[in-house]
Amino acid sequence: MSIESITKPAAIAVENIIKRYGDFEAVKGITFSVAEGEIFGLLGPNGAGKSTLIRMMTTLIPVTAGKAIIAGHDVSRDSDAVRRVIGVIPQALTSDIDLTVEENLSIYAKLYEVPKAQRKRNIDDLLEAVDLTKWRNAQTKTLSGGMRRRLEIARGLVHNPTIFFLDEPTTGLDPVSRVAVWEMLSNLKAQRNLTILITTHYMDEADRLCDRIAIVDHGKLVALDTPMALKASVPGNNVVEVQFTRESTDWPARLERLTGVTAVESQSGGMYRVLTSNGSVTTTQLVEMAVSHHETLKSLSVQNTTLDDVFVHFTGRALRDEQVKAAAFTMPPRPGMQP
Amino acid sequence: MTRMFAIVEREMRKFFRSPALMMVSMALPLVQLVILGNAFGGKIRNARVGVVDYDHGYQALKIHEAFDSIAANIRTFTTVPYQNEKQAREDVRTGKIDGAVIIPRQYSRRVLAGDSPDIGLVVDNTDQVMSSALEAEMQSLVDALNAPIIQPLVVKEITLKIVELYPYVEYMKYLLAGSIALAMYVAVMIGGGMLYIDDKARGVHEGYLVTPITRLELVLGLNLAGAIKAILSGICLTVIGTLLSGLGVIFHPWALLQLSLLIVAVSVAFNGMMFLMMVRVEDPLVPRAIFGVLNTLLFFPSGAISPISGFPSWLKAIATVDPFTYAVHGLKEILLKDGGFAAIWPDITFLFLFGATCLLIATPLFKRTL
Repeated sequence: MSIESITKPAAIAVENIIKRYGDFEAVKGITFSVAEGEIFGLLGPNGAGKSTLIRMMTTLIPVTAGKAIIAGHDVSRDSDAVRRVIGVIPQALTSDIDLTVEENLSIYAKLYEVPKAQRKRNIDDLLEAVDLTKWRNAQTKTLSGGMRRRLEIARGLVHNPTIFFLDEPTTGLDPVSRVAVWEMLSNLKAQRNLTILITTHYMDEADRLCDRIAIVDHGKLVALDTPMALKASVPGNNVVEVQFTRESTDWPARLERLTGVTAVESQSGGMYRVLTSNGSVTTTQLVEMAVSHHETLKSLSVQNTTLDDVFVHFTGRALRDEQVKAAAFTMPPRPGMQP
Repeated sequence: MTRMFAIVEREMRKFFRSPALMMVSMALPLVQLVILGNAFGGKIRNARVGVVDYDHGYQALKIHEAFDSIAANIRTFTTVPYQNEKQAREDVRTGKIDGAVIIPRQYSRRVLAGDSPDIGLVVDNTDQVMSSALEAEMQSLVDALNAPIIQPLVVKEITLKIVELYPYVEYMKYLLAGSIALAMYVAVMIGGGMLYIDDKARGVHEGYLVTPITRLELVLGLNLAGAIKAILSGICLTVIGTLLSGLGVIFHPWALLQLSLLIVAVSVAFNGMMFLMMVRVEDPLVPRAIFGVLNTLLFFPSGAISPISGFPSWLKAIATVDPFTYAVHGLKEILLKDGGFAAIWPDITFLFLFGATCLLIATPLFKRTL
């Protein structure tokens, strides 16, 4: 985040916001603010409350308690004014498959009452920006998932909003399409001076795109800072992952004695995650120790601290484990319904 | 208004891109019109009636001549000679013949003696339509045989003179009003009910809800689009149906104007009713599950198939609040009776009021949030 953006007024200010469904509290008093021109990420596993939070900020569901101010307008009191300044891309692909690309954009421009002369100009510019100009007359059903997502990004910007909300915009896309969406969002943000709030459960997406990241877990905000600062907050600069051919209860104690080691985490299958402030020295000593104990290493990797490590540090669980758990409990989509 | 018409534009573009919807909405009423119209209400033709003649006299010969006349002209039945009554009864029971006439011994003599002779008619009364037709035909024949050859100067018998206001109405024509209403109902059910819930489930409405469109604009946009779809369906079935059933009403501008106004009123009523029923429904299975029940509940008590005056009181109560009833009544007035605006204005008034009331109730129920 630039110094300039810190000094600007908050585009989004959320204060102790709560959402309850009966006895269940989906969002438990979250507070944060997003500066103008910032890309802000809400990171968390499925069911953490990210979508509920974004739906309250975009006026889709009422706020139970607390406050959300978007571009100076209270979502509970002045929801219509909020809707005029925001663009929203929901999680599901909701563009009309029977309409053409241009018709999809045109209908939404009319819903925002964009004047006729400006409508065409906006559509032309956006189709160019999302690289769909040559598909403007194609029926949406003929587009790939990545192209449809790009169309939806254009649709969300057709009325020139100043704040753009994206709910898991790359879920279900292949790696190439994901990178294309990231680049497009970065370019659009630069061209239009957008404030972007994005929810995601992809660490790499949050790391690559966001100026600041809020980690949400079980409806609570557990950490909020820049990706660099979050990674720096985790003890150790590097993570050494090592797996021995023979399992032994002695390994954690031995590993902790190596130079620079700040923490050792035992994982399944005889794997250890060693957090260290000096990856190269720790790795050299680890190999020497294995040789001296006549042990063979099954695998060894050294990497910098990632947001995965940050998530584990703040929540005590790996994000990917949460995804697997969530996937196991996800109801299969009904025929005719979008996943 | 721009936002409301954006909703209408989106709905209509989708509608015209899916011609299957229009075809499906008309398929059921058209099939019903053609199949039911031809299956029911037609006159009995070429039934087979066995004749057991134990008399063979002059008066029996007059009966045979009358039967030959029926077979040659009105063709209600043809005769099959039988030698004994037992075999004829057995063949009626097993369905080989549709009825049997027994002319008893001494029939001619008893006629001449004025001794009130009987002619037997054996019918299979499990088939009410066939037995009634044969009974009616035989009663006419007996009445003719009873009539004096020379009419007295002073007629003492009271007779009923029936004046039919309209030419004979075939059942297909009678059914057409119900079929048009049914086509509009199916169009509303699919175009306004099922697709509306499917759009909700797909998240399309979520896209609308983040725009500044107001609740009223959204409700009116969705309903206007639904009403247009129903009107188009109604017009298509009116044209096809009148041509199929041989009614020329669509070629009369005044009747066409009345039809157009009534179709608009019906579409407003049906669409308002459907929107009210679906306004809080989230599950796409619901409209599919209730389609058949609603169809039965609304269509059959409407008088489309048989007159309401024959219903029990509880069914009459349903008919009174059923918009189908007013749609069918109004359409029959125009299609079959040329009743003019005087005959249809109560129907039109009810239908518009019904639709408006449904929308008035549905609008506050429509959730502007998820």
